[in-house]
Amino acid sequence: MILRLASGSLFARALTVGMTVLAVSLSVALFLGVEKVRTGAKASFADTISGTDLIIGARSGSVQLLLYSVFRIGNATNNLTWESYQDIAARPEVDWIVPISLGDSHRQFRVMGTTPAFFDRYRYRSGQPLAMRDGATMSDLFDTVIGADVAATLGYDVGAPIVVAHGLASFSEHEDQPFRVSGILEKTGTPVDRTVIISLEAIEAIHVDWQSGAQIPGQSTPVDVIRQMKLEPQAITAALIGVKSRLQVFGLQRSINEYPQEPLLAILPGVALQELWQIVGIAETALIGVSAMVVVTALIGMMATIFSSLNERRREMAIFRAMGARPRVILGLLVLEAVLMAAIGAALGLALLYIGLLIGQPFVDRAFGLWLPIQAPTLREVWVVLGVVAAGAVVSIAPALRAYRMSLADGMMVRI
Amino acid sequence: MHVPELVLAAAETVLLLGESGSGKSTLLSLICGTIAAQSGSVSVAGVNIASLSPGKRDRFRAEKIGLIFQQFNLLPFARVQDNILLPLQFAPERRKRVKDPPAEAKRLCIGLGLPENVMASRAGRLSVGQQQRVAAARALIGTPALIIADEPTSSLDAATQTTFLDLLFAQSRANNTTLLMVSHDTRLSGQFDRVIHMADIAKTVREVA
Repeated sequence: MILRLASGSLFARALTVGMTVLAVSLSVALFLGVEKVRTGAKASFADTISGTDLIIGARSGSVQLLLYSVFRIGNATNNLTWESYQDIAARPEVDWIVPISLGDSHRQFRVMGTTPAFFDRYRYRSGQPLAMRDGATMSDLFDTVIGADVAATLGYDVGAPIVVAHGLASFSEHEDQPFRVSGILEKTGTPVDRTVIISLEAIEAIHVDWQSGAQIPGQSTPVDVIRQMKLEPQAITAALIGVKSRLQVFGLQRSINEYPQEPLLAILPGVALQELWQIVGIAETALIGVSAMVVVTALIGMMATIFSSLNERRREMAIFRAMGARPRVILGLLVLEAVLMAAIGAALGLALLYIGLLIGQPFVDRAFGLWLPIQAPTLREVWVVLGVVAAGAVVSIAPALRAYRMSLADGMMVRI
Repeated sequence: MHVPELVLAAAETVLLLGESGSGKSTLLSLICGTIAAQSGSVSVAGVNIASLSPGKRDRFRAEKIGLIFQQFNLLPFARVQDNILLPLQFAPERRKRVKDPPAEAKRLCIGLGLPENVMASRAGRLSVGQQQRVAAARALIGTPALIIADEPTSSLDAATQTTFLDLLFAQSRANNTTLLMVSHDTRLSGQFDRVIHMADIAKTVREVA
């Protein structure tokens, strides 16, 4: 019955209590939202590459190599020669190797040259392979496979023509060698969705008439002639490696890092990701801190609301006292009310978060390439909700103690 | 305030008359144990209230005393039934005496002339007269030894006042309960077993700092 009376008292002050609950719920939704984006971003990054033991490229920073080779963020400072690539590919420890050649673009999407092995070996989200939503992989030199976001954003279907631009922000296009969309990949929630994939030979083919980043004036080799050429690359941007035995990873990594012919870098994707998290760790902590402060502010607002309601509730407290309630019952009643407000606020915040996720998920995916999964609340989220409820109880102790002292002083003869 | 002696018999109905500021509320607070006497003793149902700890005094009040205030003495947001059953929450012995609390609350309401369907209504939605009857039912439930009514009829019109008092007397007599009612209204005198004037039982001394 006391719980019913506490909730009845809250309903009687629906407007102020509603505003307080709304403030708590919005703050909880914000805090959990930041958490969701943070963990979603981490999971999304971690899910992007799976089953690759080493990534190799020209010597730079391990995070930089990871970012440009896997996430298409930033650019390579140098390339890896085809000879070195072949030499490493021939090593006995290497089970498979997939070359990656980056540098060109189509509209705002990166173009990646690779071999058919990419479709067989690339794994994301705990070992999931790529799957074709429509069409097939490249069978012709000028075929391209596009990611789901490329198709959705540009409205491309199988058979659509594509002209690749030279570089990333260039107005020069390889218009003499147009491509044809041969296949569209299923959505993966990874940068592959925003990638235009062509063969490694095609990368060479579109650069036949180019030198030092510019087309040779007046030169345009016919496509038929290009098809007859030996289109072996001179250099690639990076390569993904799978080893035969996990025990050989560190040995191979050391060997590549000490490669005598050219300065190379081999990284373990997981370790590089950890380095990346360390770099963004401060910003991450600051973001969590700010959102936690919003929750604290809402809870202090709740405390202020309880404080301001005490005077108008002196009669109610006096009635309880007259009926034999001890002052500690009054204290408990106020704490219970605060717990109810915080619990409703936290639950509502959780509900708002999921509604926000349902509405915002496609937008966030489109705008930032960040796939935020809608799953049951995690243990951490449950702890956050419980923590907010407990904090609600803690902040109510000050006004509850005041009510306790008031009820002792007023007794049951309050005349307001 | 100095009260040499005041004794109320079991099942007696007593009207306490007095001007404003004569110390009526202080006397009621002394009887209820919410303020302590500087000297002497206050006993209710044979128990010296001053000998009890604050917690036991609160529980003793819940067990032995039913209270009706002048007005605004119900929790307006709570249902009538919850208002009536509230004292039983803090008085286990009083609760034991009531076999079926909701049924007893209903019986008291009907006895006090309230409609049967009033139990689920919010107390704040009732008329002032109905609220006073609900307060009377709350004071009567579990048959406490003493009912203290602090000017319960002052906000009621004459007709409602008579009906309310008749019902209160009937119920308190049926339960063998002592009734101490405070009022300014001397016209009520004839309806009580005994009438006490504050001026006759107490001397009020005001200290000016």
